[in-house]
Amino acid sequence: MTFLTLTRRAVLAATAATALALSAGGAMAQTPENVLIVGQIAEPQALDPAAVTAVNDFRILMNIYDGLVRYKDGTLEPEPALATDWTISEDGTVYTFTLREGVTFHDGSAFDAEAVKFNFDRMLDEAHPYHDTGPFPLAFFFSSVESVDVIDPQTVSFTLSGPYAPFLSNLAYPTGLIVSPAAVMEHGADFGRNPSGTGAFTFGEWRSNEAVVVQANPDYWDGAPELETVVFRPITDANTRTAEMLAGGIDLMVEVPPVALSEFQGDAYTVHEQAGPHVWFLILNAKEGPFADVRVRQAANYAINKEAIVNDVLEGTAEVAAGPTPPAFAWAYNPDLEPYPYDPDRARALLAEAGAEGAELTFYVTEGGSGMLDPVAMGTAIQADLEAVGLDVTIETYEWNTFLGNVNPGLEGKADMAEMAWMTNDPDTLPFLALRTEAWPDKGGFNSGYYSNPEVDALLDAARVETDQAERARLYKEMQVIVQQDAPWVFVANWKQNAVTSDRVGGFTLQPSFFLLLDDVTKN
Amino acid sequence: MTGYILKRLVSAIPVLLGISVIVFLIMAMIPGDPATAILGSYATPENVEKLNRDLGLDQGLVPRYFIWLGNMLQGDFGRSFALNRPVLDEVLDRFGATLILAGTSFVLCSVLGIAAGVISAARQYGFADKAITFVVLLGISIPSFFLGMMMILIFAVQLRWFPVSGMWPIYGDRNLWVLMDHLAMPAFALAVVATGVIARLARSAMLEVLRQDFIRTARAKGVHERRVIWRHALRAAMVSIIPILGIQAGFVLSGAVYIEMVFQWPGVGRMLVDAILKRDILLVQGGVVFIAACYVLFNIMVDVAQALLDPRIKT
Repeated sequence: MTFLTLTRRAVLAATAATALALSAGGAMAQTPENVLIVGQIAEPQALDPAAVTAVNDFRILMNIYDGLVRYKDGTLEPEPALATDWTISEDGTVYTFTLREGVTFHDGSAFDAEAVKFNFDRMLDEAHPYHDTGPFPLAFFFSSVESVDVIDPQTVSFTLSGPYAPFLSNLAYPTGLIVSPAAVMEHGADFGRNPSGTGAFTFGEWRSNEAVVVQANPDYWDGAPELETVVFRPITDANTRTAEMLAGGIDLMVEVPPVALSEFQGDAYTVHEQAGPHVWFLILNAKEGPFADVRVRQAANYAINKEAIVNDVLEGTAEVAAGPTPPAFAWAYNPDLEPYPYDPDRARALLAEAGAEGAELTFYVTEGGSGMLDPVAMGTAIQADLEAVGLDVTIETYEWNTFLGNVNPGLEGKADMAEMAWMTNDPDTLPFLALRTEAWPDKGGFNSGYYSNPEVDALLDAARVETDQAERARLYKEMQVIVQQDAPWVFVANWKQNAVTSDRVGGFTLQPSFFLLLDDVTKN
Repeated sequence: MTGYILKRLVSAIPVLLGISVIVFLIMAMIPGDPATAILGSYATPENVEKLNRDLGLDQGLVPRYFIWLGNMLQGDFGRSFALNRPVLDEVLDRFGATLILAGTSFVLCSVLGIAAGVISAARQYGFADKAITFVVLLGISIPSFFLGMMMILIFAVQLRWFPVSGMWPIYGDRNLWVLMDHLAMPAFALAVVATGVIARLARSAMLEVLRQDFIRTARAKGVHERRVIWRHALRAAMVSIIPILGIQAGFVLSGAVYIEMVFQWPGVGRMLVDAILKRDILLVQGGVVFIAACYVLFNIMVDVAQALLDPRIKT
């Protein structure tokens, strides 16, 4: 019986400790008014827009900085921001911008033409004294820029090596955001942790692996934001992020896992959805093997039940893709395009016609990666659909970086098909980099399936130098019809980005750009 | 004793050098390079080559290793690509958090495990023994990340007793109480398996000691039973329990990886997982070498403690 006294004492001590811990927990306050806590998917790399590549970082950057132009609310079309107006020379090679007057960076220095020149020279000119504050992995977005010239303090001109239609939309991309030259000079390589821009929020503090805090900029040229403070918390595990949202620890959560969406039904939460410039597809090896025959490629498009994939595997967080261009590029998208219907009989007929019944296929699947959604489950569903029409599919699964290392150099000699997804900011980017003959892997592009059609090449080349948007749109629409017919890919899904806000958050909308814009958001 | 400690310290040097070579080679051999990871969709051969040059990865393996090693010996672990800050700053920040988590867990599992083991042994085949054995086997069998997730659902989402994740509140004071509030669930989830293992092994160590003559002598001369168990027997059994504690300390440290992911604890395990996925070479290498050095040091400390406790071990 001697132990009982001891145990009793231990129980008492444990009870006391638990009670204390609980009282501390009970004191946990609700998140304060006008302070928005955002559940992000990862710790940012840096808050220097020229140095980063991840959407996760862009979500913060777009609230601290402005570009010369920005995407009009709810679209992917550029409108004035730090530049109030611009002219394009007749031949499409000189862009002259008039800059907004009276704008200052958060550190107090003036925004002017010199600052614009500093930004682009820093990225592009290897001899620039602050080029070593990089590397700048996406600087090639502006590789067509030959020189940036200061005309007067409010006017700056960009001279391009040739006409390049996506230039404006690249300026609206985070890589084109304008940073304070004074802050770069002061902090050097540490600028990415001491950011200064002209945006709606000023940088507060960055507590590594805990939070990035930004404060309202009362002097914002486009009107001071409603919120006082925004806190970006990195919560990499999607289940934990969901739990934080349910427990009230965060007010806004991005990238809700499809299976968790049902948790947020009811009045306490709002689920936001927005289709973005994303396309999920299968690259087919058109150079060798069964997919060298266009009928087999079309058969694959008919055989795969895309409705089932977006509704059952992805729980409705995506829509069926019709062609290579996502509908989010409203002006360039061809609305007449109908997705390949799910028609296994038609697929079998085409396979019989091509003599490809029972063909053996190697299928590269990744475990996960940027924009890849649920690649293993999707890959398995696709395998089952293809086997149902008599194809013999072997899956090979790779971790994302290994996967890219296998796919980007081309599928020849290795595989017949591979999963892939792209998110871009201009309708030019993906087809230009992944569908042209000049974009075969040996020429430095991403056309890993070796698709080649001179007509498509001509259309894409023409669209890239065409500065008239209506004419550009016509060229892209024509390209989409041909590519759909040729079926170099299986067009599977366009992802709808999602977010959840609590009932205390107002004025929030998702943008097709996938950026997170918080200057009109309220919280009570 | 000083000579023994010195000898052990010197013997750690080749171990650490070997680890640095291995981790360097692994990072060099695994497919995928940091430039591809950073560029993602835009990783054209041309872009990759330029970025690798900017990152200083275009040199040969041998010069790269010696530059790294030389810098490290001077205390410079390099700069993380993915986090854009010095590796050592990041590792020290993160390691502190892991030590708080793993240290608390270690104390929890040692105290609970030894207590449970001793009570089990003292009441062999009694009700307490059976109850403890049942709970312990249950604890050993539940994967810690699953237990963590369940604890979050019950105690954070439903009951709201504890915060879901993180180490500190986003706003408000930082003091011991709020730290404990955040620490309670992850430390407990991490301790469960190790507690079970320690309890089982402490039980058998105690049973062995309790059969020995000096225990019978102690009882015969009228020493109080509580004193027999907790003083005479436990002290003798500690010689075989301490090495188990040493092994479990390593287990708790490595198990922290899962717990840190589930509870978003800003520790070194989560850091390494992220760094490997991003091919953040210098951070992985620096982190692994640092952790290895801590392991080696910890093992030396365990050996020294054992030598102090047990005069039979030659120093």
